Amino acid sequence: MIEERILKPEERAALALRALYGQYGYQTYKMSKFEEYDLYLRNKEFLVSDRILTFSDTNGKLMALKPDVTLSIIKNGEDLPGYKQKVCYHENVYRVSGGAGQFREIMQAGLECIGDLDRYDIFEVVLLAAESLALISDDFVLDISHLGILTALLESYSEDPSLRKQMARYLAEKNSHDLRLLCQKENMREEDIVTICDFSGIYGDMESVLTRLRPLCRGEKMYNALQELEQMSCLLGKTAFADRIHFDFSIVNDMDYYNGIVFQGFLSGVAQSVLSGGQYDKLMEKMGRSGGAVGFAIYLDLLQDLERRARDYDVDVLLLYDMGDVESTAQTVSRLRQAGKSVSVQRCIPQRLRYREVLDMRKEGQR
Amino acid sequence: MINIALPKGRLGDQVYSLLETAGYGCPAVRENSRRLLFESEKNGVRYFWVKPSDVAIYVERGAADVGVAGKDILLEYEPDVYELADLGLGRCRMVVAAPKGFYDTGERTLRVATKFGHIASRYYAERGREIDIIRLNGSIEIAPLLGLSDVIVDIVETGTTLRENDLEVLDTVVPISARLIANKAAFKFKTAAVEELTQRLKGLV
Repeated sequence: MIEERILKPEERAALALRALYGQYGYQTYKMSKFEEYDLYLRNKEFLVSDRILTFSDTNGKLMALKPDVTLSIIKNGEDLPGYKQKVCYHENVYRVSGGAGQFREIMQAGLECIGDLDRYDIFEVVLLAAESLALISDDFVLDISHLGILTALLESYSEDPSLRKQMARYLAEKNSHDLRLLCQKENMREEDIVTICDFSGIYGDMESVLTRLRPLCRGEKMYNALQELEQMSCLLGKTAFADRIHFDFSIVNDMDYYNGIVFQGFLSGVAQSVLSGGQYDKLMEKMGRSGGAVGFAIYLDLLQDLERRARDYDVDVLLLYDMGDVESTAQTVSRLRQAGKSVSVQRCIPQRLRYREVLDMRKEGQR
Repeated sequence: MINIALPKGRLGDQVYSLLETAGYGCPAVRENSRRLLFESEKNGVRYFWVKPSDVAIYVERGAADVGVAGKDILLEYEPDVYELADLGLGRCRMVVAAPKGFYDTGERTLRVATKFGHIASRYYAERGREIDIIRLNGSIEIAPLLGLSDVIVDIVETGTTLRENDLEVLDTVVPISARLIANKAAFKFKTAAVEELTQRLKGLV
């Protein structure tokens, strides 16, 4: 039996998440640490960072230490009508991260639902994202966006993909001032500029966002996406997390790979998003698969920030003993442990050990 | 309580005045002292002074909820933050400058001296021009005069330094001004306070 108090937040989360995903029928997917480099070369833009650790295997084939889990799962699945592959994982990936731009081993947990998807599957995955966050901390926010709305909006303004990309970048920054300048430079109509700048400022609880979004919608594509969001709002509104779920159109991901619902999760006390996911049917298409896919990853390493406060002591009791006195030392250790105390047995006081109390069993002459 | 990172120096003083006018004053900031951290419980703000180029790091990593950084720093380091407002302060330009009469024939690799390697690389990549970046930390203007580079990419406010060194502006890369930035997670958990601060500042610029 594991005592929960000795687990670090990321270890506690990993165990709780695996149990949660099991309840929804997600099967654990254990994968090799290596993958052929070619897989990542063909899908570089899907990766968070395009720098990959590579090596040659014994056959001279160029291999990579996995920078990502999703691509490997998609590569290995099969397409069957009405079938959905539901997998969860807890793996380490290797990518460039942090201020120094060095490779790091990153602990990641997550799940993927792949195959003949419908709206229930999307809802289930979003719900699981919220439940995952709730398992880790009571104080969380799950932000949801819909790339269908964003794509339709941008396409209605410009046919130039590079301009649309720049506009999406400003939307991701919630940067309405530079977005306005860009639109003015492109000689867009003032009423269109106002609409898109309004759009960049929309954020908040699901109902109030939908109220602000409805008048901005135009065209069939956008209405379909709006309808999906309305249904999502209705379903999620009935859960215990309704007030923790927001709509936020600054989540843009990579629109060459993602489509539909995308989302990010935040925990109070952690400066970055700890959860990221969405629907990525376009990646499936690029990899020659016929179905849809939706999933998310949780960056477990970031959970360290939840318990940064250092412990005051390393052990409860520092037990000092005589070398010849093995039996009574063992009995004392056993008694202390039964009393729920941790013990460090030493012959003299160590310089770098912090302890609550000292129990000195040494004979007078040995002290 | 909102944690605000301010850039040390003249720009920081201007930004603080703006925040004070917006109702986020903290009298201790005005006192001449070596302190770097100030708090006004009444107005719900905590200020700290940091090196201007570090503001974005404090905000990105969540040590500050919001901060004020130059657009040059944001373009160069591309921190993962929200850019909520253009405060219109500290206006200047990022330019390409060269010794008077310089003409780029395009035959050779162009040597570019700059503090802003990323911005310069992007500018020339958009134009398909092969360049060699020479990263310097100061006195950029001297590089072309000594033959270290052909051109420089640097910030120009009035142009006096350029003129005094016989340099002229060839092109404006991007206009620069101070921007209000916010940590993404802080925005989620302190939405009302951050939006209120943004709106009040926008109302003043």
